[in-house]
Amino acid sequence: MRYLPLAEDDRRAILDAIGVASVDDLFVDVPAAARLSGPVDGLPMHMTEMAVERKMGALAKRNLAAGDAAFFIGAGAYRHHVPSSVDHLIQRGEFLTAYTPYQPEIAQGTLQVLFEFQTQVARLYGCDVANASMYDGSTACWEAIGMARRITRRTRAILSAGLHPHYVSVCQTMAKFTGDTLDIALPTLEKGRPGDDMARLLAAIDDQTSCVVVQNPNIMGHVADLSELAEACHAKGALLIVVVTEPVALGAIKSPGEMGADIVVGEGQSIGVGLQFGGPYLGLFATRDKYVRQMPGRLCGQTVDADGKRGFVLTLSTREQHIRREKATSNICTNSGLCALAFSIHMTLLGEKGLRELAAINHAKAVAAAEVLSKVPGVELLNDTFFNEFTLKLSKRSRSLVRNLADKNVLAGVALGRLYRDGDGRENGLIVAVTETTTEEHVATLASALREALA
Amino acid sequence: MTINQSGWRPEAPLANGAGDQPTFTGNRALMLEEPLLFEIGSIDRTGVDFEAAPKVASRLGGLERGKIDLPGLSEPETVRHYTRLSRQNYAIDLGVFPLGSCTMKHNPRLNERIARLPGFADLHPLQPISTIQGALGVIHELAEWLITLTGMYGVAMAPKAGAHGELCGILCIRAALDARGESHRRVLLVPESAHGTNPATAAFAGYSVENIPATVEGRVDLAALQARLGPDIAGVMITNPNTCGLFERDMKAISDAVHAAGGYVYCDGANFNAIVGRVRPGDLGIDAMHINLHKTFSTPHGGGGPGSGPVVLSEALAPYGPLPFVAKQKDGSFKLIEEASFEEEHPGTFGRMTAFHGQMGMFTRALAYILSHGADGLRQVSGDAVLNANYILRQLEDVLDAPFAASGPCMHEALFSDEGMAPGFNTLDIAKGLIDEGFHPMTVYFPLVVHGAMLIEPTETESKAGLDQFIGALRSVAERAKAGDESLKSAPHFAPRRRLDETAAARSPVLAQRYLADEDD
Repeated sequence: MRYLPLAEDDRRAILDAIGVASVDDLFVDVPAAARLSGPVDGLPMHMTEMAVERKMGALAKRNLAAGDAAFFIGAGAYRHHVPSSVDHLIQRGEFLTAYTPYQPEIAQGTLQVLFEFQTQVARLYGCDVANASMYDGSTACWEAIGMARRITRRTRAILSAGLHPHYVSVCQTMAKFTGDTLDIALPTLEKGRPGDDMARLLAAIDDQTSCVVVQNPNIMGHVADLSELAEACHAKGALLIVVVTEPVALGAIKSPGEMGADIVVGEGQSIGVGLQFGGPYLGLFATRDKYVRQMPGRLCGQTVDADGKRGFVLTLSTREQHIRREKATSNICTNSGLCALAFSIHMTLLGEKGLRELAAINHAKAVAAAEVLSKVPGVELLNDTFFNEFTLKLSKRSRSLVRNLADKNVLAGVALGRLYRDGDGRENGLIVAVTETTTEEHVATLASALREALA
Repeated sequence: MTINQSGWRPEAPLANGAGDQPTFTGNRALMLEEPLLFEIGSIDRTGVDFEAAPKVASRLGGLERGKIDLPGLSEPETVRHYTRLSRQNYAIDLGVFPLGSCTMKHNPRLNERIARLPGFADLHPLQPISTIQGALGVIHELAEWLITLTGMYGVAMAPKAGAHGELCGILCIRAALDARGESHRRVLLVPESAHGTNPATAAFAGYSVENIPATVEGRVDLAALQARLGPDIAGVMITNPNTCGLFERDMKAISDAVHAAGGYVYCDGANFNAIVGRVRPGDLGIDAMHINLHKTFSTPHGGGGPGSGPVVLSEALAPYGPLPFVAKQKDGSFKLIEEASFEEEHPGTFGRMTAFHGQMGMFTRALAYILSHGADGLRQVSGDAVLNANYILRQLEDVLDAPFAASGPCMHEALFSDEGMAPGFNTLDIAKGLIDEGFHPMTVYFPLVVHGAMLIEPTETESKAGLDQFIGALRSVAERAKAGDESLKSAPHFAPRRRLDETAAARSPVLAQRYLADEDD
């Protein structure tokens, strides 16, 4: 077997050194009834590298890759171009095959990357500090609600109707077990500001509220100013948690921190990570300095070594499970280290100049596409404001339409019927995302497919 | 035994005295210092070119972004920055990485190639089902392997890492108890030797945690456990093989006792690599067990993730598993059970625990690894892992205290303590001494049940020659610690950094590079 270095004579020599006759003798503590005498029944035997590649390649070919379609799907995961150097660098064995930097003297590479990553995330979000990453945006969102509970000692969280419904689902799952109360609502397709429920949020904040959770841009692409909401939260002693599922947007729109957010969380996948069918992704998590000791997750901090040289270590670990056990701020251990590295490299390649250009081109292409698509009979653009994603109201149910268009290699977007139960016209809603990877030809293809389907 | 084939031994300072000579750069030949990105980049530099954006009227609602202050670098500068940083890391690719319980085995590069096929890597999680049949097929095939290898009934593929898998298993238990009308069972029993994630997960899911003691031979005290069972017990969380590196002989008896008392058995499967292909946890009465794909099934650890933690479930718990999940239909195609259809097809689910389908990029890698080994190869994997660990245990027990050496063979990891070192010398000194020998240290100070624990997991992907070199190095360092060699107290001497001041880092944390303007305040 190509991954096993021991030869039969090595095994014999080791058995002799241990003083047992066979490997089976090392498993004597397993009750005989539970010890298998040979390979597990019903499973195939080993394969060559070439054979595995052939089999997995055939499975891969049964999918329609985004790059082979006219592609407009977003709603929490976005297709962006990742420069080649990102993937080359993350495959350096010293990054790829290292682990959590428990021994900082021989992990300064990973640690300095994490310090730089934390700084990049904090600046992007307009916050003081960020952690070394979470699993994804949805789990980071729940962790933020838990953090707000610890800070405010209140258990009522108000979730905006514009928050990604899968994020809402994750929070509902966890709240059942922790006893938090979640005030939630379904989004409406209001012309001008779909998914926006600012009035409801402002009215719902009271002195039992731990936090308000709002996504910007929201699930339907609507972009809002959250400054008034932040003030309303703070007036009642509640925290404002802002969720960002499209970090590229922050190269163009005001950051959550600038609008007064106390905790900012989100998905980092857009930068460096790629689509990957939903995972692994990258949870981003940032806050104010004063709340750092209530933060979940790993944190890298700067210090000096015995010679006075600058160096980095994991720090404030008294918040964490391996020290605090049941009193930890979270149970998280492994996070998304390699995805954080990919994010950080891509962000370094972009820099502020590149990020602003990337954001500008995303926005411009989306505006141009929205104009083309809204001219199709039976299509109505709902958004007044948006970044690179907007919601269309179609004259027909969108879910079956999306399925039918997929047969023509057009991945038209996300039907609201995939995300929500019917009602308030949601069954006719379609969320369309446009990025720098979208061409004018793609837009023309979608427009003509919609024209045909809605005729 | 030829350890150092070049024949050179760095026993004395260089004859010409050049060893202490400072250099202009602070570099030492191939040991290169690298500044922070914020010291070399600038906000007007970039490594990405864009086409011109079409001219349009902004739809941002006047919410223009202010200062960001993100420095950029050109591509050559970027490649050099990260390449230089990478060289300050130890990694499996460089040598033995014997972190106990972490399973740092070789990461096959075939898996990297497979995961990057556009048909897997360039798929959106919300694509129509007809366009993702191959992806759902991968998830389903991996699920079948995990179910068969563990002898369990079902599997939840969504969890993003081991601790997330623990959470999934515990939420299944809680949903099952709720369905039985026994929500009053609010205590989980956890052995003292458990990973910290176990009690943290139990608390995260709203349970209170009580410790159960270990016997002198390092296993769960069955009598103490039985004595604590009762109507308030939701279940137990047991690691098997346990963190002392021992198989829990009484596992079946523990399961039977917990079931008889109305509770469920969660098994922390972090150490499944020791028994894969030889023992099926389902035969031991387990109700739920997470499998760290990044441990047993070789997906890369990536400097701290991403992991992946599917949870195999018994028939009693499977109805409560999370959304979404993949189901195979009669015609051989696959469908996805999500929020829109769960009421008919999976009504007991405790809900969703992550935005999408779990760690697809880890599923493709793990499946490639599993297919490569097959049922026969996986059996060899656990055999070699246990063989290598016992070799280390028996080769070093004369120089290092092995508290459970008499408890039987170890499984995939060997546990030592720092008993018998010279006064003032401890596990940390031995770990740092190993760094100077060119090795990553073992897991230190865990499990907590042993004083100055050193937990060594060699894995099956080490050669005998590599193990012999590691054993020789650890023996040498241990002997220095026993002799009170003062130079060990200041080790490492030859790493990119000496010991770092962790106390100062925690006292006044510097967690981000501040804006220049802030520093002037």
